[in-house]
Amino acid sequence: MRTTSLFLLCVVGVACAQTPAPSTAPSPSGNATAASASTAPRDSAGRPGMGALSLPNANPFPSTYVPFPSRTTLIRNATIMTAAGPTMQNASILLRDGKIVAVGTSVTAPADAVVIDGTGKYVTPGIIDVHSHLGLYAAPGGGGLNDGNEATNPNTSNVWAEHSVWPQDPQFPRILAGGVTTVQILPGSANLFGGRSAILKVVPSRTVQGMKFPGAKYGLKMACGENPKRVYASRGPSTRMGNVAGYRAAYIQAAEYRRKWDEWNANHKGAPPTRDLGQETLAEVLRGDVLVQMHCYRADEMAQMLDIAKEFGFKVRAFHHSVEAYKIADLLRENGTGAAMWADWGGFKEEAMDGIRANIALVDAAGVKAMIHSDDPSGAQRLNQEVAKAMYAGRAAGINVTEDMAIKWMTINPAWALDLDTRIGSLETGKDADVVLWSGDPFSVYSKAEKVWIDGAMLFNRDDPAQNWRTDFDLGFVNGGAR
Amino acid sequence: MKNHLLCALCATFVTAAGAGAQTVAITGGTVYPVSGAPIQNGTVLIRDGKIVAVGADVAVPANAQRVDATGKIVTPGLIDAATQLGLVEIGGEPTTRDANARGTDGVAASFRSWDGLNSESVFWTPARNEGVTSVVVAPGGGLIAGQASVVDLVNATAAQMIRRAPVAMVAQINNPRGAQTGARGELIGKLRTLLEDVKFYQAHRADYDRSAARSLTATRADLEAMIPVVEGRLPLAIDADRVDDIQGALRLAKEFNLKIIIVGGAEAWLAANDLAAAHVPVIAGAMNNIPNSFQTLNQRQENLGILSKAGVSVAIIGNNGDGDEELFNVRNVKYEAGNAVAYGMTHDAALRALTLTPAELFGVADHVGSLQVGRDANVVVWSGDPFEFSTRVEHVYIHGQEVMSPSRQDMLTQRYKTLPPKYETHP
Repeated sequence: MRTTSLFLLCVVGVACAQTPAPSTAPSPSGNATAASASTAPRDSAGRPGMGALSLPNANPFPSTYVPFPSRTTLIRNATIMTAAGPTMQNASILLRDGKIVAVGTSVTAPADAVVIDGTGKYVTPGIIDVHSHLGLYAAPGGGGLNDGNEATNPNTSNVWAEHSVWPQDPQFPRILAGGVTTVQILPGSANLFGGRSAILKVVPSRTVQGMKFPGAKYGLKMACGENPKRVYASRGPSTRMGNVAGYRAAYIQAAEYRRKWDEWNANHKGAPPTRDLGQETLAEVLRGDVLVQMHCYRADEMAQMLDIAKEFGFKVRAFHHSVEAYKIADLLRENGTGAAMWADWGGFKEEAMDGIRANIALVDAAGVKAMIHSDDPSGAQRLNQEVAKAMYAGRAAGINVTEDMAIKWMTINPAWALDLDTRIGSLETGKDADVVLWSGDPFSVYSKAEKVWIDGAMLFNRDDPAQNWRTDFDLGFVNGGAR
Repeated sequence: MKNHLLCALCATFVTAAGAGAQTVAITGGTVYPVSGAPIQNGTVLIRDGKIVAVGADVAVPANAQRVDATGKIVTPGLIDAATQLGLVEIGGEPTTRDANARGTDGVAASFRSWDGLNSESVFWTPARNEGVTSVVVAPGGGLIAGQASVVDLVNATAAQMIRRAPVAMVAQINNPRGAQTGARGELIGKLRTLLEDVKFYQAHRADYDRSAARSLTATRADLEAMIPVVEGRLPLAIDADRVDDIQGALRLAKEFNLKIIIVGGAEAWLAANDLAAAHVPVIAGAMNNIPNSFQTLNQRQENLGILSKAGVSVAIIGNNGDGDEELFNVRNVKYEAGNAVAYGMTHDAALRALTLTPAELFGVADHVGSLQVGRDANVVVWSGDPFEFSTRVEHVYIHGQEVMSPSRQDMLTQRYKTLPPKYETHP
C-alpha cells in the first residue's frame, strides 16, 4: 500500500526526479520545549503589553513558539505580489534570520544564500485565515474530537479556543500546503459569546503553546442571528431581540467588573475583587486589548451590533461571514470595522440567502478592510482560488479590482483584522518571512503553493513530499504511513 | 418583491423564447464536441433547438443569427451528475427540503424525487448562467434513498424540465445507522435481503397479491420500484467511500448482476484497477483530501486523475468540502474540474467528466453531453478555458434558446452597488 502511494505521488504531477531542495524539514526539537519566548512585556505602569491579558494573571498560557531553523534564502526572477505596492516582475526576495531583508529587482544573493529560481512563478505573503476551526473540529471528526462549541450557555466568554485545539489535527499541514501561514482559531457560533480565539502559526508542535503567535492579541468570538437563537430556543435567547438583550446584559456586567478591577489595580486597597474568567475577557474587550471577531450575516444585525459597541465603548474589529456586508459597506467604513467573507457561500439558511459573489469587491471599493476567510478546512486550502472568484466577480459587477487589491484580501487585510499588520501580511523589509512560492499565477485554478516559509524556515516543499509535515494522526491511519 | 423578480425573469424569457426559434450559427471559436477532437475555427449550427451541423466547413444559412466566437471556446453545456438542486432551497429551512423521504425502515425505493421538483428555485439561474445546462437530481438518506432524474435547466414547468426519469436508484453503504442498521455487515446483509426479496417478488407477484407469498422486507411499492435494478436496467448509484465498501459494492454487483455507479468514492483510487475491470464508473468531487472520517482516510485530490488513467469512467460533481452551500454553487462544478486537472487528470478527460460521461451514465447521451448533429442544442460559449476563474460565460443555449438572465444575486448586486439602495427600482 505504502509503496503504491509513493509511486503514484511520483506519477501525478510531483517532480520526484528533481534534486531535492535543501532540507529544512520541520524538526520537532526546540519549539515546544523552548523557554517562553514571549513572556508578556509590561509597560512602565506595569500593565501587560501587546498580547497580554489583564491582571492579575496576564498570560497563563504563554507562547513557546520559536522559529524553525532557517537558511538565508533568495528567490529570484519571480513575479512578486507584495500586498504593499505594485506587483514586481523579474524580482527577488531575500529572507534571512526569519525576516524579509530585501525585495526588489536589484537584490543580490549573499554567498551563503540558498538560491531558488522563480522563473514563471509567483511569490506572495503567507496567507492569513482569520476564521478557522482547525484543531477544534479536528479530522477525522467524531464526538471525541468535537471541541468547537461549548454550547452549554449562551455566554461562554470564559472558554478559550486554545484549550480545545489538537495540534495533531491532520488538517494543519494541509492548509500549510495551501499557503496558509497564520490562522485564527475561533470557537463555534452556537453562543452569543463563544470564547477567546487563538492565533496560531501553522507549524508542527506537540503543544498548542508551541503554535501560538507570540504577542498576538486574543480575539473574542461573538455570534449574531440564527445560530444562538436556534441552539438556545428552549431556554433563551430564542429570538434576535433576545440575542441583543444578552449582549447588552453581559457588557453591563463586564463594565462593572472592569471598573472594580481597574480601581483595585490602581490602589490595591483591600482584597482584590473575585475573579471571573468570562468577565475578564469582556473587560479586556472594553479595554481594547481583546478584539471582537463577530459572526454576523445580516446587514441589519451588523448595524445593531455597531450601536451596541458604541453603547459600551468597544470596537467590532471585523464581522465574519457578513454575507450582507455589501449592503452596509458605508456603515462599516464609518465605524472602522472590517469584514471577513466567503467568496460565494449562501443560501444554506435564511440569513444566508442574500450572499453575492461581488461582496468582497463591493466592500473593498467602499473603503472597508475586506478579506476572505474560510470557516472550512477545504476552502482554507484554496483561499487563493476563493479570492480569484471574488476578484473576477467584482470585475463582472463593474468594479475595477486589480490583482494588487485582491492579494490584500488574503494577506495584509486579515493581518489587520488580527492587529498583526505591522509584523505579517506583506512582503516588506523587516517583516516576518512568511512567504509562499506559487507554481504560477495564484489566481489560476491550476496553480499550487510549491514552497511555504514561516519565519524564514521552509516548512512545506511540494517537490520533496518525504520531508513534509505529517501529523501523528497521519502516521498509519493515512496512506503513506506505516501500516 | 416576489412579483418584481418574477416579472424580471418573465421579460427575459419571453425575449429568449422568441430568439430561440431562429437558426443560430456560432462561428469562429475552438469547438470541443467532446465526442470528437477539438475543431479550430469551427461552427456550431443550431436550428429548432437541435444541433444541425458541427465542423470547420459548415455553410451558414443567410438567415442565421451569427454569434462570433472568435478566440473563444465552445463546449456542450455542463452536467452536474449529482445534486439536490430543485429538491432543497434553503438547507436550514425544513419546509424547503424535499430530498429525503421517510421510507420504510430505511428503504424508499418508490420515492420519485422529481415529484417534488421546485421549478421556481432561485438557484437554477446562477447555475445556468455559468454553463450548467443539465443536472442529475438525486435524493438522499436511508439505505435506498429513492430515484434520481436528469433535469434540464430550462425555464419551464417541472414536468418540462425533467429530461429523463428515473435514471438511477440511489443507495448508500457509508453509514450503517442511516440505513437503520448497526454495522456495515448488517447493512450489506439488509441490502442483499432486499435484492433477494425483489427477485422473489418479481417471480411470485401473483402469490404476493393473493397474500400467499412469504413475508418480504419491503413494501410492495418499493419492491416494484427495485425491479429495474435487479434486472440490470436501472443503475444503482451507491454512495460508498471506504475502499472496502467499494469492493463490497463490486462483489454485490457481480453477485446480483447489477449495474452500479460508485458515488463519492473517496478511496476509489485504491480500487482503480478493479473498478476499471468491472466497468463500474465513479462520480466524485476533485477537491477532497482531508481524512475527515474513518471511511475517507485515504481520500486525495489525485483520485479522479488516477481513476481516469486506469480507464474508469468518471463524472465530476461539485462537493467541495461537502459544504452546505452546494446548491448555491452548482455553478462551481467547473472549478472542481480545474482542480482535477491540477492534480493529474487531463483537460480533455475533465471536460468529458462534466459532459458526455454523465450523459452516458444516466442514459441521456443521445440528447445531451456532446456537440453532434441531432443532439439538443445545449451549448456554452466561454471567453477562455472553461475551468479558469478568469473566464466568463458569454452565451448559454439550452434547446437552442439563449437562457442567460439576471439571477437574484445579480439583482441584489445591482441594487446595492450604489449606497443607499433604491428600493423602488429593480433591474
